[in-house]
Amino acid sequence: MTDATAPTPRTAAPAVAPRVKVAMILFAAFALFPLLAFALDDPFLIVIGTRILAYAIAAMALDLILGYGAMVSFGHAAYLGFGTYAVAILSSYGVTDIFAQTLFAVAISAVFAFVTGAISLRTKGVYFIMITLAFGQMAFFFFISLSAYGGDDGYGLSGRSTVLGSNMLENDTTLYYATLVALIALFVLCHRIVASRFGRVLTGIRENPTRMESIGFPPFRYQLTAFVISGCITAVAGVLLANQAQFVSPAFMSWHRSGELIVMVVLGGIGTLSGAIGGAVAALLLEEVLGMMTEHWRLWFGIFLVLMVLFSPRGLTGLFEQIRGRRE
Amino acid sequence: MSRLDILNLSKSFGALQVTDNVTLTVEPGEVHAIIGPNGAGKTTLVAQLSGQLKPDAGTVALDGRDITRLSMPDRVRAGLARSFQITQVLPSFTVLENVALAVQARKGSSFRFFAPVATEAALNDAAMRVLDGSGLTERADVPARALSHGEHRHLELALALATDPRVLLLDEPLAGVGGAEADAFVDRLRAMKGRMTMLLIEHDMDAVFALADRVSVLVNGAIIATGAPEDVRSDPQVRAAYLGEEEEAPAC
Amino acid sequence: MANLFVLQLLNGVQLGVLLFLIAAGLTLVFGIMDVVNLAHGVLYMVGAYFVATFAALTGSFWWGLLLMLPAAIAVGLILEVVVIRRLYARSHLDQVLATFGLVMIANETVKIVWGTSPLSVPTPELLSGSIPLMGPLRYPVYRVGIIVAGLAVALGLFLVINYTRIGMLLRAGATNRAMVSALGVDIGKLFAIVFTLGAVLACFAGALIAPILSVDTGMGESVLILTFVVVVIGGIGSIKGAFLGAILVAVVDTLGGVFGPILLREVLDPSAANQTGRMLAPMLVYILMAVILFAKPAGLFGAKA
Repeated sequence: MTDATAPTPRTAAPAVAPRVKVAMILFAAFALFPLLAFALDDPFLIVIGTRILAYAIAAMALDLILGYGAMVSFGHAAYLGFGTYAVAILSSYGVTDIFAQTLFAVAISAVFAFVTGAISLRTKGVYFIMITLAFGQMAFFFFISLSAYGGDDGYGLSGRSTVLGSNMLENDTTLYYATLVALIALFVLCHRIVASRFGRVLTGIRENPTRMESIGFPPFRYQLTAFVISGCITAVAGVLLANQAQFVSPAFMSWHRSGELIVMVVLGGIGTLSGAIGGAVAALLLEEVLGMMTEHWRLWFGIFLVLMVLFSPRGLTGLFEQIRGRRE
Repeated sequence: MSRLDILNLSKSFGALQVTDNVTLTVEPGEVHAIIGPNGAGKTTLVAQLSGQLKPDAGTVALDGRDITRLSMPDRVRAGLARSFQITQVLPSFTVLENVALAVQARKGSSFRFFAPVATEAALNDAAMRVLDGSGLTERADVPARALSHGEHRHLELALALATDPRVLLLDEPLAGVGGAEADAFVDRLRAMKGRMTMLLIEHDMDAVFALADRVSVLVNGAIIATGAPEDVRSDPQVRAAYLGEEEEAPAC
Repeated sequence: MANLFVLQLLNGVQLGVLLFLIAAGLTLVFGIMDVVNLAHGVLYMVGAYFVATFAALTGSFWWGLLLMLPAAIAVGLILEVVVIRRLYARSHLDQVLATFGLVMIANETVKIVWGTSPLSVPTPELLSGSIPLMGPLRYPVYRVGIIVAGLAVALGLFLVINYTRIGMLLRAGATNRAMVSALGVDIGKLFAIVFTLGAVLACFAGALIAPILSVDTGMGESVLILTFVVVVIGGIGSIKGAFLGAILVAVVDTLGGVFGPILLREVLDPSAANQTGRMLAPMLVYILMAVILFAKPAGLFGAKA
C-alpha cells in the first residue's frame, strides 16, 4: 500500500493526445487546401471544401452526443435547417450580420432541442432513434409549409452574411477560411467539453447508466444538456452552409441528411471528434468521386455502407487498425 | 429515530409477493445483515431501498427523512449508497477515473464544461484516499475492464464508499470471491465498521457471522426473525426455514 | 360540412388501414428481433412497382397482385438472408447504417430498372366507379376495397397471432425474447418468417395503393416516417397498438389538414387561419406522438420502454 500522503503523479495531463494530433494534421491540410485549388485553377474545389468543413462541424456536434453520450439522434439535420433558415429569415428582414444570425439559429435550436430532447430522452434505444427521426421530419414539414420562404422549392439569398458590416464573405476563399476558423474554434470547445467534469459524466452515462445513478448522477439532465449543446453547434454549421450555397431549402433537413451525418461520424470512428471531421471529409469526397463516375452514385454509396457495417463495424479507424494489426 | 427505518414495505410482481410487509430498523453504526435462501427477495429489497424499484406500499426513512419517493441519485446524495451483486463499473474508465467520478458527484457542480477534469487535484486526491484501503492504488491507471474479478469487487465497494455514505447497502459484496481473497475482503469490511451504517446482504455465512451486529432472516419476502447472530442461529424457526437447508448444501 | 367530414374520415380510415399493413411487419421486427429497419418503406415502394410491372405484363391488376406475392416473398427472404440476419446481434447504430445503405441501394436500383418517371396502374374494372354514401355523396369503390382488404388482413393477422402456435411464439417473442429460445424454437427460422411476413404485408400495401397513387421512388419515404410514428405510438411489438396507432395517425393527419384551418377560423381571421392551419397540419401527427409519449414513454400498448 502506498502512503496516502504521497502526492500522486497522475494529476499531470498527457502531452498531446493522438486524437488531437490527427485533428491538427487535418486542420493544417485544410489551411493549405486553397493553395491546391489555386494551383489546379479550380475555384469549385473551394466550394466543395467549404461544404466539407461545414459538414465536419455538424458531424463533430453529432459525435458529441452519439459518440460520447450514446444517443443515436436521427433528426440532426433539423438543426442544419434551423441554421440555414435563420440566415434566410433574418436577412429577409435586413439583418445580415452573421453573428446575429448565428445567435438566432442557436436560440431556435436550443429551444427545439430542449423540448424534443426532453420528450425523446424519456425513451431509449429503438424508440429514441425513431422519435428523433420523427421530430426531424416535423421540422422538415414545417419548413415545407413555410410558403413565404419558398416552401418545397427553397429560397435564394440575395447575398452572403456580413461580418460587422463588411461583406468580406462574398469572397469564396474568405468564407472558406471563416468556416475553417469556426471549425477549429468549435473543435476546441467540444474537446474541452469532453475532457471536462460534464464530459466525464456524459461518457460515464454512456458506459453504464445504472452505475452513474448509483453514485448520484441522474442521467437525464446531463444527456439533455449535451443534446442541446450538440443541436446548437449543428445550427452553426447550418448558418455556414446557407452562406456557402446562398440558397436554403427543406432539403437541408431531410432525414437522408440526418442519416448522412451519422454515416460521417461512424465512418471516422465514433467518440473521437477528430474522427467525425475525417469522416465528413471521407463521406463527402466519396460522394463527389462516385458522383463524377456515375449518376447512380447512391447505389454504390449504399453498397459501401452495407459492406462497411458488415465487415468493419468501427468505421475507417477500425479498418486501419485491422490492417495495421494484421501487418504487425 | 434510527438511521434507517423501513416500515411495512411491500412489493409484488403479479401474483408473486416478493416483499411482504417488511419492517426493519437499522441503528447508527450498526452492521445489519439480511440473510435468506435464494429467491427470498433480498435483491428486490435492496432495489427498493436504493430507489431502483418503486415499492407498492410502505416507507423508507433515512435519519427520519422520508426517502421513499426519491430517485436513486437523490438517495445517494442524501447519504444512502449501494454496491451491486453484479459488478457495475465504467469499463473504459481507469480505476482512478471511476472513483474520481463518484467523488465528483458530491464535490461541486458537474455542469462545468471547460476545465479539464483529469487534472483536478481535489478529485484525484480524494479518489486516491478511497482507493488506499482497497489494494487498488497500484492499479489506479488501469482501465476497469482489465481488472480481475476480485479487483472488480474491490472497485465496486470503492465506488460506493467514494460517495461518502452514512448508510451503505452491500448486495453480496463477496459474490464470486473465495478463499484468502474473501478473508481479506471481510477484514476490509470489518475495518469500516463504526464509520458508517451497513446493511449487508450476503450468502457467505462465515462473513455474515464475522461482521454482523444483528441479523434479519428473509423468507418468501417476509422477515421471520431479527436478532443477535447467535440468537438467530439458534432460532428453531430460522433453522427450519433456512439454516437447515444450508447444512444440506453447505456454503462454499 | 358533415359530408366533407364523412368523406375525409373514410379517407383517413383508408390511409390508416394501409399504414397498419406496413406498421404490422415493422412493429414485429422491432419487437421480436430488436432491429431498426429503415428499409421497410422500400418494401412498400417495391410492392407498388411489382404490381405495376406485372399488371402491365399480364394486362390484369389481379394477375399483377397475385404475381406480386411470390416476388415479395423472394425479396423479403433475400433481404433477410443477405443483410438483416447479420444485424441481429449488432448495435442499433449499425442497424441504422446498414438499413440506411439498403434504402439508398433500393431507391437507386428502382431508378435504374424502372426509370425516374412515375408509373401508373389502372384501377381494376371490377372495382371502378363509386357507390352512393349519403345524400349526393359518393365514394370510390376501389377505396372501399382497400379498406375491406386491409381489415381482412388485420383480422387474419389477429387470428394468427392469437390462436396459432406461431402467433403464440410471436407474442412471447415480443415480450420476452429469451423465453422463445428457451422453448427450443429455431430462432433463425422464426426471424426469417417474421421478416418475410412483414415484407409481404408492406409490399401488399404498396400494391393496393398503386392504382390511386402515382408509383415513384419517393413513395416509401414519407410513409416510412409515418409508420415509425404509428409503431412508437402503438408500442413496439404490439399488433393491436399498430392497428389503433395507424387509424389514429391517419385520421388525425387527414382530418387535421382539412378541418384544422376551418377550426382555426373560429379564433383567427381567415387568411391567418389558412396560413397557420397549413403550417400546423403536417406537424399534427408529430405533436400527437409527442403528447402520447410524454404520458406513456412506451407507447399505448408497449411492453417495454
